[in-house]
Amino acid sequence: MNNKLKIFLKGIKDVSPLMIPVVPFGIIFGVLAIELGFNGYTTMGMSIIIFGGASQIIFLQLFSAGASSLIILSSVGAVNSRHLLYGAVLSEHLSDLKLSWKIIISYFLVDQAFAVSNSYLKKNNDKNKHFHLFGAGVTCWIIWQITTFIGIILGSVIPDKLGLTFAIPLTFLALLVNDFRKLVNVVIILVSGTIATLGYQIIPFKAYVIVASLSGLIVAFILTKLMNKKND
Amino acid sequence: MTSWFLIIYCGLITFFTRFSMIALLKKEMFNERVREVLSYVPSAIFPAIIFPAIFLNNAGSIQIEDNPKILAAFIATIFGIFTRNIIATIFSGLVSYWFLIFVV
Repeated sequence: MNNKLKIFLKGIKDVSPLMIPVVPFGIIFGVLAIELGFNGYTTMGMSIIIFGGASQIIFLQLFSAGASSLIILSSVGAVNSRHLLYGAVLSEHLSDLKLSWKIIISYFLVDQAFAVSNSYLKKNNDKNKHFHLFGAGVTCWIIWQITTFIGIILGSVIPDKLGLTFAIPLTFLALLVNDFRKLVNVVIILVSGTIATLGYQIIPFKAYVIVASLSGLIVAFILTKLMNKKND
Repeated sequence: MTSWFLIIYCGLITFFTRFSMIALLKKEMFNERVREVLSYVPSAIFPAIIFPAIFLNNAGSIQIEDNPKILAAFIATIFGIFTRNIIATIFSGLVSYWFLIFVV
């Protein structure tokens, strides 16, 4: 079998188990978008153009709350900033690629693809190893589009009474499951959450997401500094 | 029509964050300290979405009494701590919420 195809298929196989939680996430996104008043085309458009679960849900939340474009854009930017960390790991494996490949891979680079391909890229030195990331990314893309579509269909059937908008905080809560056991994370979570809740009405322009996140990061900066000092 | 422009801009921001990871950022550009603080970004951002959605009512004011979302979110958190499973966390929260509003 062609080497590129083999690596591509390996990417698909490796990422498959991680697709299980993506299925309900995509469906919830589609259902919520319809419930919040978006039509099927814009909902599908979001999944194709933005292609990022957290970015899309924060978009829904702020857009339907009437936030300004600037606030929506900076909040999406803030949500994405967590990905900058990956750069340190990925760039060293992919620096020899042509620009066109870098562009293609950037579009498909989501958390799940990163997670599985990162360990593959570390262990292998084949010149076509980026096909692993490509295969994993394309798989995520197809699953995300199909589940968004299912959500759009279900969204017009599921009654408002079910209160599915509650799935938004639950989804983000679920993304933090690994942080609940660490004290520093818990402190940051409480600081950010409290400021956002109390500031919702007081902070102008629906900038509460940005203000609360920055406060949380400042607390992270101070706490880790204190801890490092103690260890010295 | 404005929502389409906004979707495209958000797509561009998302794309360029990912692109910068591959094409621009180098390992040396982040010292230990920056990486350490960046690792707390999810804990700093997600609660800003989670807490208001639980504690505020539709009018945007804080509602503690007679708010089934608080207990449901608490149950979901407990499930999350013990299972560390994304699906179990979401569904335990949804199911307890439905139980509280439809059955209790």
